[in-house]
Amino acid sequence: MNLIKTLLAGAAVATGLAGAAFAQDKLKIGFVYIGPPGDMGWTYEHDQGRKAIEEALGDKVETTYVENVPESADSERVMTQMALSGHKLIFATSFNYMDHVMNVAKKFPDVKFEHATGYKRADNVSTYSARFYEGRAVIGHIAGHMTKTNTIGYIASYPIPEVIRGINSAYLAAKAVNPEVKFKVVWAYTWFDPGKEADAANALIEQGADVIMQHTDSTAPMSEMKKHEGIIGFGQASDMGQFAPNPRVSSIIDNWAPYYVARAQAMLDGTWESTDTWHGIKEGMVKIGEMTEAIPAEVRASAQELADKLASGEVHAFTGPINKQDGSAWLAEGETADDGTLAGMDFYVEGIEAEIPN
Amino acid sequence: MDLSSISPVTLIVSLMAASTPILLAALGELVVEKSGVLNLGVEGMMIIGAVCGFIAAVTTGSPWLGFLFGAICGAAVSMIFAVLTQYLMANQVATGLGLTMFGLGLASLLGHSYTGINPPAFSQIHIPVLSDLPVVGRIIFGHDPMIYFSLALTFGIWYFLTRTRGGLVLRAVGESHDAAHALGYKVIRIRMLAIAFGGACAGLGGAYLSLVRVPQWAEGMTAGAGWIALAIVVFASWKPGRAIIGAYLFGGVTVLQLNLQAAGLAISPAYLSMTPYLATIIVLVIMASDKKRQSLNAPASLGKTFFAST
Repeated sequence: MNLIKTLLAGAAVATGLAGAAFAQDKLKIGFVYIGPPGDMGWTYEHDQGRKAIEEALGDKVETTYVENVPESADSERVMTQMALSGHKLIFATSFNYMDHVMNVAKKFPDVKFEHATGYKRADNVSTYSARFYEGRAVIGHIAGHMTKTNTIGYIASYPIPEVIRGINSAYLAAKAVNPEVKFKVVWAYTWFDPGKEADAANALIEQGADVIMQHTDSTAPMSEMKKHEGIIGFGQASDMGQFAPNPRVSSIIDNWAPYYVARAQAMLDGTWESTDTWHGIKEGMVKIGEMTEAIPAEVRASAQELADKLASGEVHAFTGPINKQDGSAWLAEGETADDGTLAGMDFYVEGIEAEIPN
Repeated sequence: MDLSSISPVTLIVSLMAASTPILLAALGELVVEKSGVLNLGVEGMMIIGAVCGFIAAVTTGSPWLGFLFGAICGAAVSMIFAVLTQYLMANQVATGLGLTMFGLGLASLLGHSYTGINPPAFSQIHIPVLSDLPVVGRIIFGHDPMIYFSLALTFGIWYFLTRTRGGLVLRAVGESHDAAHALGYKVIRIRMLAIAFGGACAGLGGAYLSLVRVPQWAEGMTAGAGWIALAIVVFASWKPGRAIIGAYLFGGVTVLQLNLQAAGLAISPAYLSMTPYLATIIVLVIMASDKKRQSLNAPASLGKTFFAST
């Protein structure tokens, strides 16, 4: 399967880039996608960002993308080919591209790289991510209010800090409004496999979950929820508005467009520098999708208030007292988590009855 | 951990739905391989079936037409493989892989404007009284029609292969195409029909995926199901009855491991995920271990190119 994806990716680069070889003056920007832009989730939003660059900067830029690039050495080949074919700015939009980005960046010091959700940087490698956990706190708040079985199902992808952080944040917010709440977590070990994601949703529903959260990229869990009565969920990465007002009652939207446009503009101005960006609701990189009528008005109001407070900085999603799962103290009363700990989070908070697979 | 919270009934019901796409694809490939042709393009034919079936169902509003169109399109793309390998004598392995890549690409192109659309509902049958019986009601009488069709198809293929003259001829072609040719059977024509049948089954499996199981269109949504179908054929040692066991084992393990996780069992999903493949290897070892088990083996002419002598 990997072989085929490699061949496909290689062919896509070859054909996609060949036609672009003429326009020398334009800034060429490449995007490496983990899934297809048609996933209506994660990759879809990155592609919206790519289109925003084209719209904002018009003739001055030219963008290309390669989809379905596995998080393996294949991604290195794709990025190398992009760099060789004159791309000066390359966005790698999945966590496990990290080491491959670093390898390619070393070979092409005059090409700038932007790696989403990673933590390794160099003079020509920036990282950027969104504080998805702020969005998780808001939907966790809604979930805590909405669940009747006090069981919330969570379709997780891989046990990496970003995913674990989301589970913790959602749990804390849900628990704050509903002390009885329990989380059931299923690790799908994939970002994109509609069949498996649907099965995971189904398994959680059978286990009594009536609110489902997902950290995978397709809308398949939504379709599955729709088959059952009284199950609600949240759009992930993208609005997934076609499932509103039920089962999709709200969503976390990753809004990459402003950042992408700013970075492309910086390239044109010659002001691009290696940076570490982590924006949240405040900067608009994380947006909460419209809350539907399925949520009672007072819960909508309190969720909006939480979102506003997270944006203003009045509230932090991780505010003590919080213990780790093993009971050891993590944050004291009133203390908030620092970004370093959050970025490397590899533990559950107290109260979650599950184990993180290793 | 609370295993009692996993209901065996719902588990069986969901594993049957999860296994049906790979069962359909595996049955088709089984017939193809029985005729002596190795078509590695199952994944490509499945996804073509998924996208074409989806488009047809959305356009006409009828899931039945969706299934029909998915099967027709699966058979249509399989004809590319058939012409290349049967008339132009292309290598079957390379052509099959090519078909998979072609299918994935073409499906993305065709399905471009169909993401995020909900297909017409395809509901489970409901027989008064029977479907409401505890346990058996849901396991035996509570599925959608395609699941019954896949089971009937399994029986039909078994009957055809082992009890009819046509099946005997097909198997003869698969075991020794030269001997069959010498007896006057149209080797290439028979193989063309078998390949078309295999394509239709794969297309049907794909359509089931996009119309019932997920149900929506997403690029790359087969996610390797076609390769699993190929493994099932080997696991089943080319016997339709065992293909059901294989398909339910492969599909069941996925569903089971997700259910175990949801129930809170701390077992690494990797162990369960590898069991069907492990079982396939064991079957292969058993087949190779003993001459007496020859009947378990692959058709003797499998994957070989047939050159008609005069």
